[in-house]
Amino acid sequence: MPILEIEGLNVCYRPERGVRISAVRDLDISLERGEFVGIVGESGSGKSTLGFAITRMLRPPAVIESGAVKFKGTNILELTGSELRNQRRGGLALVLQSGMNALNPVRSISKQLGDVLKAHSQKGEHWGRSEVRARGGELLSMVELDSEVLDRYPHELSGGMRQRVAIALALSLEPELVVFDEPTTALDVIVQASVMETIKSLQRSRGFTAILISHDMSVVLDATDRTLVMYAGRVVEDQPSKTVASAGIHHPYTEALMKCYADPRADKVELQDIGGTPPDLSIEVAGCSFAPRCSFASKVCFLETPSLVRSELIQVACHVRLPVSPMAKEVKVVRN
Amino acid sequence: MSEIEEIEGPLLAIAMEPVPLMIFDQVTKSYRSKRGKKEKLIAVDNVSFEIAPGEAVGLVGASGSGKSTIARLITGLEKPDTGRIIFGDFSVGKLGHRELRNLYSMVQMVFQDPYGALNPVHSVEYAVSRPCINYLGMSISQATRRVEELLDRVGLTPARQFAEKMPHQLSGGQRQRVVIARALACEPKLLIADEPVSMLDVSLRAGVLRLLTELQNEHGLSLLYITHDLLSARVLTDRILVLNKGGVVEEGVTKQVLQNPKDPYTVKLLDSVATLDK
Repeated sequence: MPILEIEGLNVCYRPERGVRISAVRDLDISLERGEFVGIVGESGSGKSTLGFAITRMLRPPAVIESGAVKFKGTNILELTGSELRNQRRGGLALVLQSGMNALNPVRSISKQLGDVLKAHSQKGEHWGRSEVRARGGELLSMVELDSEVLDRYPHELSGGMRQRVAIALALSLEPELVVFDEPTTALDVIVQASVMETIKSLQRSRGFTAILISHDMSVVLDATDRTLVMYAGRVVEDQPSKTVASAGIHHPYTEALMKCYADPRADKVELQDIGGTPPDLSIEVAGCSFAPRCSFASKVCFLETPSLVRSELIQVACHVRLPVSPMAKEVKVVRN
Repeated sequence: MSEIEEIEGPLLAIAMEPVPLMIFDQVTKSYRSKRGKKEKLIAVDNVSFEIAPGEAVGLVGASGSGKSTIARLITGLEKPDTGRIIFGDFSVGKLGHRELRNLYSMVQMVFQDPYGALNPVHSVEYAVSRPCINYLGMSISQATRRVEELLDRVGLTPARQFAEKMPHQLSGGQRQRVVIARALACEPKLLIADEPVSMLDVSLRAGVLRLLTELQNEHGLSLLYITHDLLSARVLTDRILVLNKGGVVEEGVTKQVLQNPKDPYTVKLLDSVATLDK
C-alpha cells in the first residue's frame, strides 16, 4: 500500500476581499514507502501549498475544496485536532525554507527540542533535563552538529546550522514522511551542498519517505528518485529523476526549465528564460495552462486540459508530446 | 589556443582601460566581533581592484567572504580602516553627508530582495520618480516622462501601464526591473548589483541578466556584480575576483578562472554548483 495517496485534491485561497485563486487543481499523487520525491516548479505553481496540504498546515484564507490526502490509509483532512496530534508522532513532519525563522529566538536549542519531545510524550515517558539532553545530543549528531549546540541560542548559529537544527526538530518524533519545503534556498552554494548531503544520507539511513519541494531543478534531480514538475497547480510531468536530464519525452515546460541551467565551465554558456508571464491563477482557463508560453502549442492545447498520460516510467500531460491515442488510453486503464 | 587567449585577454583589457572608473586601493575593514571583546573580525583584508568604464566585474564568494562589505564601502555606507576608495574626484571614505549625495548620482545599488526594496503602498511611478525629483530636481511632469523612459529601458512595456501598478501586482522579475529602473534614474556610471537574481525563479533569471548586459553594452554602464552563483557570474561579467574570508584568492578573466581554477577554494565553489547532469 502506498504511504501517501492524494486523490482529486483542490486547494484555493479565498481572501475576504479580492479574488479567489485556485492554487492546487485536481491533483492525484501516490507515494510508495521509502521514496524520495522532488516537486519542482516556479513561484505560484502550487508546490508549497501542496506541501502544507499534505502536512495539514494550511490556514485561512486557504481552503481545501475537495479531495483526500490519505496517509497510511487514513484521510488526514478528516482528523480532529487530537487525532492529528497523534499523527505527528511517527507520522508527518515539515521542514520550512526559513529554518532560521522557525526557531524561537529567546529559547536555547535544548529547550526547543525539549518542548517538542514533551508535547508529544507518550504514557510512561518522562522528559527531564538529562533525558532531553541525551536525546537532543543524539538528534544533533544525526544532522552533524556538535552536542555543544544544545546550549546555544538561534542567533549564535549560522544559517546552515539553524537549518540543521530545524531538520533535527522535524526528525525528533521519528516521522515516516518528511516534507522539505525549499530547505536550502536561503543558504549559499557551499552550505547548500553540505545540507543537501545530510538530508540525502539521513533519508537513506533512516528510510523515511521524503518530499523535496524546490524551484531549483538541479537540487531536485541530484537528491531525489522521482521528480514531479508542477505548473499552475497541476502536475505536468512525473518521471524518475535519473531520466529527466536525458533526452526523452518531456513536457515543454520541463524542457524550458532545463534550458535555464548550464555549466559555468563550458566554452559557450547560454542561458534562456521562459518567455511570457506566469499564469494568472484567479482565472479558470480551458486547455493547457502552459499553452500561452509554449512554442509547440496547437489548437487543441487551448481547448482541452491535458491529463497525465503514461509511457513506460514517464507520465506527461501534454497534447503535443503524448497525444491521447487509443493505445495510450489502454495503458492508462491498466494502471488504474 | 589557450596560450593566445592568455596573452590577448589581459592585454586587450589593458588597451581598453584608459582611466579606471573606480579604484579600490589596499582596503581593510574590520568589525568588532563581540561586544566587550577585543578580537576583531576582518571583513575585508587588504583588497585592491579597479573597475574600468563599461566593464562588468564579478565579486564571487560564499556567505561571509566580504562581498557585501565591499559594496557598502564603495557606496560610503561604511568607512575603511585603511586604504583608499577613489571614484573620479571623490575619495569615498572621507565624504560627508552632502558629498555622499553627489556620489550617489554616480554609484547606485540594486539589492537582493525585490520584495523588500519597494514600498508596498506606493506605485511603481512613485518609486521610480523619487530619485528624479530628489537628485535631478525635476518637476512632476518632467519626472513622469522620465519614469516612462526608464521603464521602457528596463523592458517594462507598455510603460504607462506598469507605472500605475502597485508592487504586489508584479512578479519578482518585474519588481527587480523596477528596482533597476530606479537605480538608473540619475544615470549612474557604476551599478552595484548584490545578488540581484538569487531570489528570483530560475526561469526569470536569464531575462534580468540579459537586461544588465544590455545596459552595460548600450549605455556604457560599469557593473559590479556580487554573487555566489558562478553561472550568472559567467554569463554577465568580463572579469571576476574570488573572495574567501575577506581576501582575494583568485582573479582574472571570468572564463579562464572558471575553466582553469588555480585556488582550492575556487575549485570547491565550482564543485558546489549543481548542474543537471551530475
